[in-house]
Amino acid sequence: MAIHFSVRSGFYADSVLLMAVARELRRLEGVHDAALVMGTEANKELLGQMTELNEAAQSAQPVDLIVMIDAPEAMLPLAIEKMDSLLSAKPSGGNDPQAPTPRSLRSARRMQPDTQLAVISVPGEYAAAEAWKALYSGLHVFLFSDNVPLQDERALKTYAAQNGLFVMGPGAGTAFLSGTGLGFANVVPRGKVGIVSASGTGLQEVSTLLAKQGTGISQAIGVGGRDLSDEIDGIMTVQAVEFLQQERDTDVIVAISKLPSRRIASAVIEQLAAGRKPAVVIFMSRELSTAPEGVYVTSTLHEAAVIAHALATGGDVGQARQQYTQQLAALALSAAEWRANLPEQRLYLRGLFGGGTLCEEAIGIWSGCVGDVWSNAPLNPAYQLKDSQHSQAHSAIDLGDEEFTVGRPHPMIDNELRIQRLLKEAADPLVAAIQMDVVIGYGAHPDPADDLAPAIARAAEHLPVIVSITGTDDDRQNLARQRTLFEAAGAVVLESNALASQFAAHLAGGQRDTARLS
Amino acid sequence: MKVISIGLSTFAEGLRQQGASVIEVDWSPPVVPLKTHTSAGVSIEDANHEAVRRMMQSRPMLTGLGLAGGVIPGLGERTILHAGPPITWDRMCGPMRGAVIGALIYEGLADLPQQAEALAAGGQITFAPCHDYHAVGPMAGILSPSMPVWIVENEPFTTYSTLNEGLGRVLRYGAYGDDVYARLHWMVEVLYPVLADALVQHGPLDIRSFVTQALHMGDDCHNRNRAATSLLLRALGPALARTCHDRERLAQVMEFIGENDHFFLNLAMSAAKAMALPAEGIEGATIVTTMSRNGTDFGIRISGDPQRWFTAPSGRIEGLYFSGFSAEDANPDIGDSTITETVGFGAFAMAAAPAIARFVGGTAQDALTATIQMYEICFAEHTQFTIPALEFRGTPVGIDVRLVMETGILPHLNTGIAHKEPGIGMVGAGIVEAPYRCFADAFKAISTW
Repeated sequence: MAIHFSVRSGFYADSVLLMAVARELRRLEGVHDAALVMGTEANKELLGQMTELNEAAQSAQPVDLIVMIDAPEAMLPLAIEKMDSLLSAKPSGGNDPQAPTPRSLRSARRMQPDTQLAVISVPGEYAAAEAWKALYSGLHVFLFSDNVPLQDERALKTYAAQNGLFVMGPGAGTAFLSGTGLGFANVVPRGKVGIVSASGTGLQEVSTLLAKQGTGISQAIGVGGRDLSDEIDGIMTVQAVEFLQQERDTDVIVAISKLPSRRIASAVIEQLAAGRKPAVVIFMSRELSTAPEGVYVTSTLHEAAVIAHALATGGDVGQARQQYTQQLAALALSAAEWRANLPEQRLYLRGLFGGGTLCEEAIGIWSGCVGDVWSNAPLNPAYQLKDSQHSQAHSAIDLGDEEFTVGRPHPMIDNELRIQRLLKEAADPLVAAIQMDVVIGYGAHPDPADDLAPAIARAAEHLPVIVSITGTDDDRQNLARQRTLFEAAGAVVLESNALASQFAAHLAGGQRDTARLS
Repeated sequence: MKVISIGLSTFAEGLRQQGASVIEVDWSPPVVPLKTHTSAGVSIEDANHEAVRRMMQSRPMLTGLGLAGGVIPGLGERTILHAGPPITWDRMCGPMRGAVIGALIYEGLADLPQQAEALAAGGQITFAPCHDYHAVGPMAGILSPSMPVWIVENEPFTTYSTLNEGLGRVLRYGAYGDDVYARLHWMVEVLYPVLADALVQHGPLDIRSFVTQALHMGDDCHNRNRAATSLLLRALGPALARTCHDRERLAQVMEFIGENDHFFLNLAMSAAKAMALPAEGIEGATIVTTMSRNGTDFGIRISGDPQRWFTAPSGRIEGLYFSGFSAEDANPDIGDSTITETVGFGAFAMAAAPAIARFVGGTAQDALTATIQMYEICFAEHTQFTIPALEFRGTPVGIDVRLVMETGILPHLNTGIAHKEPGIGMVGAGIVEAPYRCFADAFKAISTW
C-alpha cells in the first residue's frame, strides 16, 4: 500500500460531492482509503490526523482540491479515471438541460430576471458575500450555510428588514414558502398553520406531526438558530411573526426556537399575544411556562403540533393536551416491560442525533427522568463532554454539530458517521438503549433505513434501538416504508422525537426520579 | 417559485421536484471579495452603470478621411504610433519592428531596412501608443504621418485608424519590401482620394449601425468582417460611381475592397475606440476602457484611472496556421483590435459568428459558449448589439475587473497571428485569453480606491 497525494489547483467542488466521490473510490477493489477535500486549514488538519500530508497537500489553498488515495500503484490510474468522471458532472442551468450554467449570481439573475429567492449553501466564509449580492439585487435569501460571523448576520438581517426582505438563516435548514419546501423540507399539505422557526429540524418535526394529523402549513419561515439571541435581537422572527399575523392563509402561528434569549423570547410572546391569531410557542425552556391569553407554551415539539392542530381545527386545547399526556403514560407502561428484560448493568442512555433541536429536546426529556445528561451540545454547560468522540454515562450526541460536519456532509445526508458511532455505543455493556432521530424529505439521504438497517440489526441484538422518523408518506423516502425497514431491523419506531425520548428515558437503569416523570 | 441556488445541488433538486424554476450557479470560491464602494463612498455599481451607458449610447459616425499628419492633433513628423501599451524600440517584437522599418521607408526617412533600424534605435524617432492619439491600429498598428486615416466622430471625441491593407504580406503583420510599399502608395494615391470624395458626396456613415447589422449576418466585426465590408461597399457604391469618373480607378477600388474581407475592421476599431472614450475617467468605475497588445506586453486601462496601464506579457495564441507555418513561428498576441471586445463585440459576439469558431477547430456550439461565458465578466448586456442565436440577447459589454477577479474567467479575444520575425507577415488566426496579471494588478489598484 502507498498513499498518493495530488493537488488540483483552482478546482472547487462542494463537500457533498467530494464525500460521494471519495466513497465511490473506497468501494473500488484494492483501494484502501481515499479522501477528497478542499485545501482549507481545517480540512488539512483533519486529513493530517488520518495520514501525514506531503508538501503539495500542505501548501494547498482553500481553492485547491486535495486528493488522497491509499492504494497500490497499479490501481491509481483506474481510481483517478473514476474520480475524474464523477467530478466532471456539472450542475445544469435551470430546467432546460441545454441552457448554459451561470458562474455567478449576477449572471443567473440575468437568465431569470423574475427570481424571488436565492438559496445559498456555500461554505460559511463565503456565504455572507453571496447573501449581500442577493439582497442588493432584491432577493429574499435562504441561507443554509453555517459559520457566518454574528456581525455579518446582524448586518444582513438589518438591511433585509429595512428593505422588506427575509434572510432565512444562516444555518437555516428548512422553510416552506407558498407550498414550496426549501432546504430539508418534507412534503406536507397546505393549510392554516404558519410557522416561524429558529430550528430546521424543529420546523420539520412540527410540520410533519401536523401533517400526520391532517393539518397543513400556510407558510413556514426559518430564521436561523441564532435569531433569538441577544446579538441578533430576533430581527427576522419579529418580521416573520408580523408577516404571519397579516397573512390571509394563516389562522394559527407556531414559534419554535431552542433556548432563546429570555428577553427576546418574552418580546416575541408579547408580540404574539398582541395579535388576533392564537399562537403556540415551543422554546425548549422551562423558565417560560406561563404566557398571556391566546399564547400556548408547550414543552415538546409534539405537544406544540398537537395544540396547533386543535387550534386550527376548532378543537379543544385542554382535551388535546390530555390525550397527549395519556399517550405518554401508555408509552411508559410499554417501556417498563422492555426494561424488565434488560440486564441490570445496562444503565445508560445514548442518543445519536442528526437534528440539533431534536437532540436538545431529548436531553430535556431524559434529564427530567434520569438526571444528568452529557452532550457535546448540553443544555447545562456543566455537562459538556470533554471528548465528543466518547460518550459517558447518559450521553446525547448532536452529530450535526459543526465539529462533526467540517469537511464531511451532515448526518442527514450521509449515514457513515452515525453507523460507526452506533456500533461503538452498542458494544458498550453499560448502555441500556440507543435513541436516534431519522429525518427524511427533500435534501435528506434517499434511503436512510436501507443504509442504517444492518448496523441497527447488529445493535438490536444487544439492546433496544429507538428510532423516530421525521417525515411523511409523501416524502420520496416514504415514511411507512422507512418505518417497516427499521422495524424489520429490530428497532422500536415511534411517532415523534418526544415520544422516542420519553420511551428511552424509561429504559435507563438504576435509580430514577419517577416523581418528575410526566 | 423562481429561485437561484448557489451551493449544494441537492437543494436545487428538491426545489425542481416541487416544480420550482431553479437556476443553479456553478459556484467556486471567489478569488477576491466583491468591492462595492470606494473609500470615498462612491458606488462602484453606479459608476459602472454610467460607464457602460456611455459606451452603449455612443454613436460613432464616419465623417471623412485625411492624412494622419494633417488631421491627428499633435502628431509630429517623426512620430510613429504603434499598437498596445507604450514600448521602446529595443523591446519591440519582430513584426512591430518590421512594420516600423516599412513605415520609415514609406515615409522616405530611410532607404534601406538597416538605415531604418539604425534610425529607430538612434532615438530620433518618437514612438507612442496609437491610443495616446485616440487612434487604433490592428496588429502592429503602425501609423505614420503620411498614411491616410479614417476619421470617426462621436461628439466630442474624434478617433482615427489606418485603411486596411488586406491579407498576406502587409505592413501591419510586420512585412516590408517593395510589394508592401507599392500597395501603401496605391492606397494613398488612389484608394484614399476616391473614398474621401465618395464620402463627401454621401455624407457621414453610422458605423454602429453597420456593426449592428453585420452581427446579424455572421460577422463578429473583429475576425470576420465579410458582411460589414459588403454593407459598406453597398452603401458607398452609388457615391463612388458618381464621384470617381476614372473607371479604372473606380474598378481598382471596388476590387480592392471586394477582395479584402477585413476592409471594415479598421473602421469597426475606430468606432469602438469612439465608444470607449466617453466611458473613460468615471470615478469609481472598474470597467475596462482599453485592452491592447504591442506584441510584447498586453495592457489594459480602466475607467476610474484611465491613463494608467496594467501590463503583463502578451499571451500565446491558440489557432490555425497557414500551410508551412506552425505555433513555432507565431509572435505573441499583438494589436489594438481588442478594442472591439472592450466595447462588446469581436470575440464577445462570437455567438453571432459561428463560422469563425473553425479557427480553433471549434463548433457552432463553442461559439455560443464563448459568448455566454463572457456574460460572467461583463457588467451589462448591449442595448444595440444583439445575437440572433441567443434570442436576440444583447452582447456582453463592459468588462468589470471585479467580475474577472471574482469568477477567475478571463476575456477571450479573437486575433490574427503574425510571424515572429520581421518582414514575413500573417501566418494564421485564432483565439487567446487576456493575461490574468493585468486584471490582478488592476484589481489591486482598485482595492486602494
